[in-house]
Amino acid sequence: MNIHIPTPLRAYTGGQQTVSVPGTTVGEALEQLTGAYPELRQHLYTGEGKLRSFVNIYLNDDDIRYLPAKEATKTQESDELTIIPSIAGGCRGCP
Amino acid sequence: MLKLTYADYQALRAHGEETYPHECCGAMLGHATPGGNHVHSVVRAGNTRSDRAHDRYNIAPEELIRIQRQARGLGFDIVGFYHSHPDCPAQWSKTDFDEAHWVGCSYVITRINHGKADVTNSFLLTGTGEEDKQFIDEPVEIEVGRSGIDQEKGKA
Repeated sequence: MNIHIPTPLRAYTGGQQTVSVPGTTVGEALEQLTGAYPELRQHLYTGEGKLRSFVNIYLNDDDIRYLPAKEATKTQESDELTIIPSIAGGCRGCP
Repeated sequence: MLKLTYADYQALRAHGEETYPHECCGAMLGHATPGGNHVHSVVRAGNTRSDRAHDRYNIAPEELIRIQRQARGLGFDIVGFYHSHPDCPAQWSKTDFDEAHWVGCSYVITRINHGKADVTNSFLLTGTGEEDKQFIDEPVEIEVGRSGIDQEKGKA
């Protein structure tokens, strides 16, 4: 399945914007990805191995945090995973 | 150096005037070049922070994914984001910094002064991750002569 890499993380995938990995679940696919590109792991997960709060991972159009089986969700070859860091902010606390 | 056309520059400033006194937000599509981020299209996004849109913004991940697909389809990358500061300086805030995670991207901020676009500044998020990230001031080059074909092609 294809995993789409956002601009800031492509430095850790050799510049590739899409990486193709095997895997029958979301978790397996992510393991394959971070196995092939170990530097990615620290940018996706905390030291305790939890997905960083600002990192969103979507299986097609669904946030994996809200899928019933979460990372154990079964996948097919035609599915797509998208990694998308959050975008937020605002002038609260501006100088 | 952030490069964008005058039309795109005006578009993101006009967006901030339209949403005043609330913050606007959007993405910039283009290419990262050795000389800096080169914008070919700006895409408006909705601000999901309806609870306090006067001083916060958030782009829904679903919309970000749509924008990223759009960029990919056009052969572009997401190279930056913009938002407005209603009646606040065009400087990044602590909230902006805490919530900035797109290293290598440009963050454009426009001060909207009583409904009118005032100063627009750009800040490049540098570093390798959360531990060493920092905003640095980034010059903005307005390309007056470049054709508007690119941005017309990129509109949602």
